Amino acid sequence: MWAFINKLRSPKWFYDISARLQPWFWAAALILILVGSVWGLAFAPADYQQGNSFRIIYVHVPAAFLAQSIFVSMAISALAFMVWKIKICDMAAAMMAPLGAAMTFIALFSGAVWGVPTWGTWWMWDARLTSMLILLFLYLGVIALRGAFTSRDSASRAASVLAMVGVINIPIIKYSVDWWYTLHQPATFTITGRAAMPLEMWLPLLIMVLGFYSFFIALTLMRTRSEILRREANKRWVRELAGEAP
Amino acid sequence: MPGTEGLLNKEIPVVFHGEPGGGLAVAFWATLKRDLVLLLRRRSEVMNPLVFFAIVITLFPIGISPDPQLLAAIAPGLLWVAALLAALLSLDSLFRADYDDGSLEQLLLTPQPLALLALAKVAVHWLLTGLPLALMAPVLGIMLALPAGSYGVLAVSLALGSASLSLIGAIGAALTVGLSRGGVLLSLLVLPLYIPVLIFGAGAVQAAIFGDGVMAHLAILGALLALALILAPLAIAASLRISING
Repeated sequence: MWAFINKLRSPKWFYDISARLQPWFWAAALILILVGSVWGLAFAPADYQQGNSFRIIYVHVPAAFLAQSIFVSMAISALAFMVWKIKICDMAAAMMAPLGAAMTFIALFSGAVWGVPTWGTWWMWDARLTSMLILLFLYLGVIALRGAFTSRDSASRAASVLAMVGVINIPIIKYSVDWWYTLHQPATFTITGRAAMPLEMWLPLLIMVLGFYSFFIALTLMRTRSEILRREANKRWVRELAGEAP
Repeated sequence: MPGTEGLLNKEIPVVFHGEPGGGLAVAFWATLKRDLVLLLRRRSEVMNPLVFFAIVITLFPIGISPDPQLLAAIAPGLLWVAALLAALLSLDSLFRADYDDGSLEQLLLTPQPLALLALAKVAVHWLLTGLPLALMAPVLGIMLALPAGSYGVLAVSLALGSASLSLIGAIGAALTVGLSRGGVLLSLLVLPLYIPVLIFGAGAVQAAIFGDGVMAHLAILGALLALALILAPLAIAASLRISING
């Protein structure tokens, strides 16, 4: 564990190791998303109640999973950055935030599109949609705070603190919104059989979720690599890499 | 230079007043008293959130309808949202004056933990913003035709909830105090974190109107306050350090 943490301190080590890992995650993402979407969109049976519109689930659920996981991994990176001063972790956290916001937006948008055939309206103050919307605001806050500082070091540490504060609040917000929804519930809508989903519907969903996660890892690796080059542009190994004379 | 060496080698005498550990309470009360005196000398700053609260509440009947039945239905939420915004309005100046004149740096240099001193400052903010808002809310409740029997709960829920709001908001204020235009950013950071308090605060008043038990809501507000009381000062202290160094 300590050896790994110490290695993470070296951007060059991370740059080299991520170069070897990256193609595997890209390949996994490509194959899983391709298989999952073709299977889910073309071959999985239509829902007996919602018909074909239920197929939005194959985008909606993975995006929603990722939206929450990215915030948690961003907060863990932020914690590692604050505790051990590992710069890579901060770079990764900085790169994760826009992706997380994008995934939250995709989850919200696909939820709204799904709402049209299911609820007959684009927006419903549904508990899950509401907490997703709040999550989007939390992401936007972290991104805006990072952008507001002129000094990069302050920006990194401020965004880290906010990410950690946010991650403590996410479960509190989620449960209070759930509770609020049950109190004000306008009518009962159940998205049919999420628990009793048959295997041939559920399996492509699992593949899509795994594919989205691989995509997230691959993209974060790639973006962190370019961020390393940007921040370490004056270091000798980067200049050698670029073919400049040291 | 003669004598310099002796001066450098001489140990600087450290004087403790009172018993060991007593410094914490002394520092806490000293900070509390200083901030109270400072704010009470600038009365208009203390009055502004209260006037804002009253004006916003006046806007709603004008904008929606003077119909008492309609107003009564939405009064708990309106009062809570308006009070929340009024408390938010005054947050920006929480650390601003101390940051500008350098006394915040002196707070950082004291041997007492910064978290404790920050807690004293937040306590002053609550005493001069949250508590007056809570006391004022029943009067505005009359204007919004709030049903009888819920006035006490409104004041108590606001008093309890605004303490959490001050604590959570102070994190955002500490993060943005070093920025020249932190005001709007502050609300972007803080408002999503306010949602649980709003849900249970407005829920308590709503429950009082319907004649349900309000103790559950108040207990959760108290639990949120307890959690914020423990964790927020640490985050505030960390944020202040970032803002000072950046």
